[in-house]
Amino acid sequence: MSLLRIDDLHVSFRTNDGTVNAVNGVSLDLAAGETLAIVGESGSGKSQTAFALMGLLARNGTANGSVRFDGREILGLRPRALNAIRAEQIAMIFQDPMTSLNPYLRISEQMTEVLRQHLGLSRKAALARAIEMLDAVQIPGAAQRIRMYPHEFSGGMRQRIMIAMALLCRPRLLIADEPTTALDVTVQAQIIQLLEELQREFDMSMILITHDLGIVAGSCARTVVLYGGRVMEEGPTEALFHAPSHPYTAGLLAAVPRLDIVQDALRTIPGDPPDMSHAPPGCPFAPRCAFAMDACARMPPLVPRKAGEGSWLRACHADPEAVR
Amino acid sequence: MSLLQVENLCVGFDVKPRGAWPWTPPDRLRAVEDMSFELAAGETLGIVGESGSGKSTLARAVIGTVPARSGRILWEGTDILALGAEPRRAMRRDMQMVFQDPLAALNPRMTVGQIIAEPLRTHLPKLGRAETRNRVGAMMERVGLLPGLVNRYPHEFSGGQCQRIGIARALILEPRLVVCDEPVSALDVSVQAQVVNMLRALQRDMGLAMIFIAHDLSVVRHISDRILVMYLGREMEEAPAGALIGDPRHPYTQALISSVPIPDPAAERARARPVLQGELPSALDPPSGCVFRTRCPRARESCAVPPVPVLRHGARHLVACPWHGPPAGPEAEAPAGKGGE
Repeated sequence: MSLLRIDDLHVSFRTNDGTVNAVNGVSLDLAAGETLAIVGESGSGKSQTAFALMGLLARNGTANGSVRFDGREILGLRPRALNAIRAEQIAMIFQDPMTSLNPYLRISEQMTEVLRQHLGLSRKAALARAIEMLDAVQIPGAAQRIRMYPHEFSGGMRQRIMIAMALLCRPRLLIADEPTTALDVTVQAQIIQLLEELQREFDMSMILITHDLGIVAGSCARTVVLYGGRVMEEGPTEALFHAPSHPYTAGLLAAVPRLDIVQDALRTIPGDPPDMSHAPPGCPFAPRCAFAMDACARMPPLVPRKAGEGSWLRACHADPEAVR
Repeated sequence: MSLLQVENLCVGFDVKPRGAWPWTPPDRLRAVEDMSFELAAGETLGIVGESGSGKSTLARAVIGTVPARSGRILWEGTDILALGAEPRRAMRRDMQMVFQDPLAALNPRMTVGQIIAEPLRTHLPKLGRAETRNRVGAMMERVGLLPGLVNRYPHEFSGGQCQRIGIARALILEPRLVVCDEPVSALDVSVQAQVVNMLRALQRDMGLAMIFIAHDLSVVRHISDRILVMYLGREMEEAPAGALIGDPRHPYTQALISSVPIPDPAAERARARPVLQGELPSALDPPSGCVFRTRCPRARESCAVPPVPVLRHGARHLVACPWHGPPAGPEAEAPAGKGGE
């Protein structure tokens, strides 16, 4: 059975300029122990999908659809019920570790608070557990440095602290929203390696939200590609990167400059990402798509790429063989 | 003769420690230390390094927006730093800059036309209105903006379009050198490719020399003729782009290259992945001798003793490491210290 099942999720925001539909019917499935990548550019709805299932939407946002965690509906739960799931079952780490940590509190206070609140540990036991966790994320001198404030750590160390905090209650699912975007490449490599090790060690499922196709290639078994709040394509990472069957996936992969290949000119996707307050009714990618046809005025359903191939889905009218 | 020649350039900032007494002498932050490089007309030099490596400061010192502490910057043989304010301003016409955050770099109260025309008004005040309008329109077309948008304001444009406006502003004077400081790192991948291709095309058409600063090695490799690798304000390695990526000699360059993820699962799995331990030391208190030695897998005791020799490997390949060589085998790549900072 799947650990997390999202069905037809819609997220919209009321703003002064009208309604912005950030997520328009996203469905996905995550098995226990699996690593899933959600890839998309800014405005694709990748972060809002995660925020919606964590109950973290901004006040003007509403979510509709269904999110089942371990068979239980969690979308629209009251904060109290949700709090029992957040941290203990599902934890999340964010892009910018500095804005996620409270600058006025020592690391020790921020970490033990979670343990005392959720697990009812004593002050002493909580501190010991927090130090243990800082050791697990390879912060040297954890016992001393837990007394320090967030600003006394470097960006990479802060992200390690965020990861340690997220794992304190041993969640079954970790959602990492652009965890390395604010970091330098050498530090990024450290954090990605650490996440992989911890995932194995703690036997967690993981959702990695990112715009960086390189990170996805190295660390995720399955990939979901979002554009304009909709799933464009979903499949096993290796196959998807090798032979993308959706024009957007293909365009995105071709647009990334590669270090290991000499290219003359980069392939580009013409135009700009859609303005989600005036999103086109059909396929959001149609205005930029080389394969666009009349049928694209209606959003194609997300169906298996080939009949009987249940693990590789795409939402496109064009012939998959032509796209590659 | 090269267009631009930078010799032993040093840039520093005075930093008061927090809570220091007013009479306490400030600490000196050496942002750029003893940098030398050359740039020929029409050539692109990529500068890569992590945050805090001094790459932006170096470029700003060349343009003149940050004062240099010592060294020489020769523009066609004339030392810019020795010039007075007025001749230096005239020289600026030939050097323009494109910034990282496309929206923040544009004045929100000016129309696109005013923004692009501003350098013309500053440097060519005698130019007529019609001529200014013509040049702005032609420039907008060259960077892929519809000239009809000339009266719009920056907030009406997407990030990619704003960067096109910034590029149009930098190129309207037909400069000979453009410094691009992370020009595409705020853009989405699909838009980034458009802007990179356009920059390359414009550079070829106009015969521009370019200093292209980015932390993304893949983009830099794509656009540069030569690449300069910086770490903590110092030069680590400099070579033609193909040689630097294909035959990196400095242990830092090697670590940097192996840290860049490749968007191809098969290639990614096949790669050896020695992860560099630790993080950038403080620029206020850099390690003695070679600044990279605290994270270097090849560091020896003698690395702590300055000066660090800059060695030649082939005609145009410079390496600031006496132990440089091809990437070592797995046993030599074992990290020296675990998780140290």
